[in-house]
Amino acid sequence: MPINDWFKQRESRRYTVTSGSGADLPDGVWRTCPECRKTLYQGDVARSLSVCPHCAHHFELIAADRIEALVDPGSFEETNASVGSVDPLRFSAVKPYTESLAAARESCGLAEAAITGRARIGDRAVAIGALDFRFVGASMGSAVGEKVTRLFELAIAERRAVVLVVASGGARMQEGMLSLMQMAKTAAAAERLARAGLPYVSVLVNPTYGGVTASFAVLADMIFAEPGALVGFAGPRLVEQTIRRSLPKGFQSAESLVDHGMIDGVVPRAEMRGRVAAVLGYLVPGGDV
Amino acid sequence: MARFVMEFERPLVELEDKLDELKALDVASLPELAAEIEDLEREVERLRETLYAALSPWERVQVSRHPARPKTDDYVAELFTDVVELRGDRAYGDDEAVFTALATLGARRVVVIGHRKGRTTKENVRRNFGSPHPEGFRKARRAMRLAEKFSLPVVTFLDTAGAYPGLEDEERGQAWAIAECLATLSDLPVPVVVVGIGEGGSGGALAIGFGDRLIMLENAYYSVISPEMCAMILYKDTARAAESASALALTADDLMRLGIADEVVPEPLGGAHRDPAPVIVAVGERITSALEALSAEDTGALLENRYGRLRAIGVFAEGDG
Ligand SMILES: [Zn+2]
Repeated sequence: MPINDWFKQRESRRYTVTSGSGADLPDGVWRTCPECRKTLYQGDVARSLSVCPHCAHHFELIAADRIEALVDPGSFEETNASVGSVDPLRFSAVKPYTESLAAARESCGLAEAAITGRARIGDRAVAIGALDFRFVGASMGSAVGEKVTRLFELAIAERRAVVLVVASGGARMQEGMLSLMQMAKTAAAAERLARAGLPYVSVLVNPTYGGVTASFAVLADMIFAEPGALVGFAGPRLVEQTIRRSLPKGFQSAESLVDHGMIDGVVPRAEMRGRVAAVLGYLVPGGDV
Repeated sequence: MARFVMEFERPLVELEDKLDELKALDVASLPELAAEIEDLEREVERLRETLYAALSPWERVQVSRHPARPKTDDYVAELFTDVVELRGDRAYGDDEAVFTALATLGARRVVVIGHRKGRTTKENVRRNFGSPHPEGFRKARRAMRLAEKFSLPVVTFLDTAGAYPGLEDEERGQAWAIAECLATLSDLPVPVVVVGIGEGGSGGALAIGFGDRLIMLENAYYSVISPEMCAMILYKDTARAAESASALALTADDLMRLGIADEVVPEPLGGAHRDPAPVIVAVGERITSALEALSAEDTGALLENRYGRLRAIGVFAEGDG
């Protein structure tokens, strides 16, 4: 479904009651904040960019909302909307990969875990993308790799900055080596953007792991993360098993990544658009004088 | 070192042991023994062929991990001369899980980068069993930059279970170190030849694991995730690794089929550890001819081709079809 239709459909779903992950609840639903345990009216949550008004907990957002929250109103124009995964290895385990894909498409109304397109931020032309964690854990298979690569290539061709909002469980196991190689492919495209002298800002949200962190996500000129976002290469459980002791408080949190020098800052959702615009103001070639 | 027996070859090994026992006996005093030995030799040969002729993906993974399998050290010692090791990432430390060096292959000066498993327990502890820390990848990147600066081709050897998933590794930016290697390798303006000699574990392998040619040993594997971890995620049961190994398409043949590998170097029946010398020689020849072909290309074409190779990898649908 094109993103504009998705927005329309969401409007028509107001005040119905459904259950779900929380990322795409209609407004007329009550929910509990997992952090402060207060009961919140979804309409209020949605109006505050899905941030808890009591404790500032950042709820998960769907990719379309991620983009909407960053770009100038109405400026987003989707590209490569029809690029989607197939099942090249005929991967079948507990359930066939094709079934996971079909279920994700049905429940998210998306062809794939990444949405990409052209937009403007602070009236500067950008190529923007966001990953949707509901879709097979926003893992990177061939289709996500292709869409991210094309986004970098579009930016090079049209002299745009790139902005990516990243959440991901990592490389998509069900496509085997084809997925692993998407790490190299997207990194190569990001490197080409860098060589073209164009800026790239990434926004890491909860959770970002594995082969996505270890490729395009951290190759940006500036990296910001949302408060409380967990970001790493190996998942916390694997690290715990490896070192055979419990993990320190805040391990792999956005806040600790700043302390360790890995990202440029923890930025509340409401301030992210301003921060990205400020960076682009400095880095977009020929931005002033 | 005690002899290492892979589970699937146990019946053969038992028969081989039996044969050795018989051979140790005094043939002169037992005239019927010679015939017995001959029979058993035929039986061993037959079993060896059926057992090793068509290894399953999971069996190949086990062969790739065999402790006696030739390692980066062996290839370096046998194929290269005048080796000068580069040590340290100039930021934190020297990770012995990654080997980097200036070396000469035939008449060609190159930079060698390889995962480095050890032969002994002591070596393996120092080398973290070949699983790099961030500083290992940063050392590799330093070697890549040196190759660029002095126009030296790069030869890499893959043999790692994966990047080390430790606490400090995360804090020191394991993902960042790998990603930087990927970006650097993607447009390094010198020929890059990659040889999969053993394990190709995920991002830790990929960090030095793509370029202008990918040469895979017959029983080497290269995978997005280890079969055990895949089985853990899918079935909550590492014992089902064999199924995962088949599903993941991680063998050299799979990589050829997927258009990721360029050539496969055959191994002797049972694996390279049974007769390493010809395998190492064959690998040397493949590297040399790859470098010869790549050195003829101008840098612009080389980098376009490398990008094109990556660009072509992936299977997806597009349009309403
Ligand atoms: Zn709250």
